[in-house]
Amino acid sequence: MSFSAEAAWRVLGGVPDPEIPAISILDLGIVRVVSCEDDRVAVTVTPTYGGCPATEVIREDICKALQAAGAREVAVTVQLTPAWTTDWLSEDTKARLKAYGIAPPAVRAGQAQPLRFRPRIRCPRCESAHTEQLAAFGATACKALFRCLDCLEPFEYFKPI
Amino acid sequence: MNAATNPHVNYILRLADGSLVLAQRLSELCGKGPALEPDIALTNIALDLLGQARLLLSHAGTLEGQGRDEDALAYWRDAKDFLNPTLCELPNGDFAQTCLRAYCYVSWQAVLWAQLPQSSDAALAAIAAKSCKETRYHCEHLGDWVLRLGDGTAESHARMQRALDYLYPYTNELFDSDATDEAAAAAGLGPLPSTLAADWQAQVLPLLTEATLSVPATVPFHSTGRRGVHSEALGHLLGEMQVVARAHPGAHW
Repeated sequence: MSFSAEAAWRVLGGVPDPEIPAISILDLGIVRVVSCEDDRVAVTVTPTYGGCPATEVIREDICKALQAAGAREVAVTVQLTPAWTTDWLSEDTKARLKAYGIAPPAVRAGQAQPLRFRPRIRCPRCESAHTEQLAAFGATACKALFRCLDCLEPFEYFKPI
Repeated sequence: MNAATNPHVNYILRLADGSLVLAQRLSELCGKGPALEPDIALTNIALDLLGQARLLLSHAGTLEGQGRDEDALAYWRDAKDFLNPTLCELPNGDFAQTCLRAYCYVSWQAVLWAQLPQSSDAALAAIAAKSCKETRYHCEHLGDWVLRLGDGTAESHARMQRALDYLYPYTNELFDSDATDEAAAAAGLGPLPSTLAADWQAQVLPLLTEATLSVPATVPFHSTGRRGVHSEALGHLLGEMQVVARAHPGAHW
């Protein structure tokens, strides 16, 4: 069976991020190139963080999903340039992150400021800007820990890079 | 083949080993940080440094062309073949020393990464452009701790000043240039380390001053880790890092 690039993109749209299953690896913006020749598919991805352990899982998930959809051979290549940035998250993706309880990046990459001048991050649950950072790093490389001082819920913040 | 015979490989290994050895040191905080948050933060920074090390070691192995991959280079070289600056291998000490050492090194990386995207080595340029973003966050976080502890209580200030007095002489080595660096600069791989000093000082010295710390006078001491001549600390670090790989050669899961 031959495979079209459109079909491959559709399959990849159904592969969730292993750490944040509310969004797909396409939403995350890490899939850069997909090419097909008959039933062989080549996928180029860029890592979010160089040491992110999810990269290995994503590689396996891509292979499994495409093979289940009928691809005979799947080659996944990791490409570093251009470096991934949270600016590639679409507005729709940011809305779904927020609905999942993760505050999306509040500023564009490169505009991050030292801790003492950082912008207020809004609570994804009650919208309050009355929040504080609990920790600069969270459960995964891409997130920081915050707490809402109004609804008192802790939440994660997707750091801009 | 001894990697020391190829200046290009050596240049990459110096950067790779700096990231790897500092990653290993910061990993020692895993489960032992003074509180949960700094524990997670320092081990997250360690993870980013390990990511840099993996990319750089893989690249060095490819350049070397002797079939050594990242694991062979990380687990099967001995201390004399590691080319990290001595600063990276020193014991963590207390929390002030742990944060300050990492701050001094990641600030140096930030200055270097900013210039390496112009490198004639496309793979190195890509790794630098990627790492640059992560390193900026490391600098902010560690700089915040240096500031808080330096301009904190009498106890935290005294500890941060003691750490600075101890560590500052080891930063001399970061700006030393030798034949490997000159060959790298001539080939357009990267800048001479001596040219990084002004940018590093412009970044670090204002923060140390704001943290109410006294910058020690310059001393003639120059450590020699980048030439493979290390402190006693590296052998102990490698013993722990390499023991599993060497006890079970070729094992994987």
